[in-house]
Amino acid sequence: MSTDSTRKTIMVALGVCLVCSVLVSTAAVSLKSIQDRNRRLDKLRNILDAGNISYAAADIQKLFNEKIEADIIELQSGTILSEDDYTDLLSPEKFDIKAMAKNRRYNRNLTAGADLAQIRQIPKYMTVYWVREAGRVEKVILPIYGKGLWSTMYGFIALDSNGVTVQGFTFYEHGETPGLGGEVDNPAWKRSWIGKRICDAAGNLKIEVIKNKVNPADANAVHRIDGLSGATITTRGVNDLVRFWLGENGYGHFLERLWEGESPWAK
Amino acid sequence: MGKMKKILTTPIFNENPIAFQILGICSALAVTAKLETALVMSLAVTFVLAFSNLSVSLIRKHIPGSIRIIVEMTIIASLVIIADQIIKAFAYNISKQLSVYVGLIITNCIIMGRAEAFALKNPPWESFLDGIGNGLGYTVILLTVGFFRELIGSGKLLGFQVLPVYTEGGWYVPNGLFVLPPSAFFLIALIIWALRTWKPEQVQEG
Repeated sequence: MSTDSTRKTIMVALGVCLVCSVLVSTAAVSLKSIQDRNRRLDKLRNILDAGNISYAAADIQKLFNEKIEADIIELQSGTILSEDDYTDLLSPEKFDIKAMAKNRRYNRNLTAGADLAQIRQIPKYMTVYWVREAGRVEKVILPIYGKGLWSTMYGFIALDSNGVTVQGFTFYEHGETPGLGGEVDNPAWKRSWIGKRICDAAGNLKIEVIKNKVNPADANAVHRIDGLSGATITTRGVNDLVRFWLGENGYGHFLERLWEGESPWAK
Repeated sequence: MGKMKKILTTPIFNENPIAFQILGICSALAVTAKLETALVMSLAVTFVLAFSNLSVSLIRKHIPGSIRIIVEMTIIASLVIIADQIIKAFAYNISKQLSVYVGLIITNCIIMGRAEAFALKNPPWESFLDGIGNGLGYTVILLTVGFFRELIGSGKLLGFQVLPVYTEGGWYVPNGLFVLPPSAFFLIALIIWALRTWKPEQVQEG
């Protein structure tokens, strides 16, 4: 049979595809559990990062269990869900933002006007993480996400226990351009969030990522964060998603409770 | 044995894929800001190169001319996915830094180039060695560039502080240019210059 006959061509094509697909799927399936574990630990690491807890050479899982306590909150009321109401999908361990946002039972559609972060649906519930230091709750870490230029960016913002001052900010998953939008990972920039106040004394949401450098003389400097140069759309995306999640469609009602001094963790 | 040795070592200095054939520049710019990422990337490329050469050579007498390129691409793409999965499983942090560039090995001209120029015409063992040799050639350049970029750009080597940086109380002021991709152009150009001064027969009259 000649190498160039139609039959031979189809046979070679099929054979190559078959062998390659078996190899690829074997690699993907057999390594999946290790990859999932990496991803889970990476998420814990990021939560610890957002809470400014150093974990060098520590057992991540153990440190996490020691310092962090998770709760599920209902966004629209801002209340903490009782543990009796946890379900197979709805518990701090199982909670998966992406799956929840798609699940018709647990999601909520956003109207175009409200959808600042351009994510269309959000979960009705979210997991929040309390950071304990010497028995006292010091910080609360809130998961946030929204569209950047290329990708949906997933991250955390940490606030003090009064829900006013930023204590940490980080993204754990995004696909922005390395060197430009990818600078959302820049440690110096992430540090620049710490100490910023999300609202004014009257409780109006004021936090903002601006296009240029923040002028320290500006009266609003305490609410403003430098934009990333060369990354206009990513910067806008970060601004929108932070304002969305801290606003009334996100954690707004939950934050109001913190501001009013309710101690939701006193269970 | 001399022939095998020649196949293995020629691509390292005499016909280096980056410095002589000027292929694979894209990834050499993108992943060399740190030595660690450069090393993992080099390993991935060497792995893909060796096994794509081997596989293409094994079936070289059966590949129909009309779908030759597609068959090669399928093999290369599969190997790249496997490499990517392995890196994600065993070097998760590095895989996050390498991001898309592992996937982009598929379009690395060195791999397609060696499959076309060597593996299609030579037996499997020679092709495998040619892949390793070219992979080593790629590695030598990447590691050299990565070494200088990490050292000059951030005063570190493999993540360890070698030169104390002034922001942390040392004396060294890092050169920010070396963190950015364009610096790799300068470094690769210097390497090519040095290599062609050492081996004038590489100079291409144009």
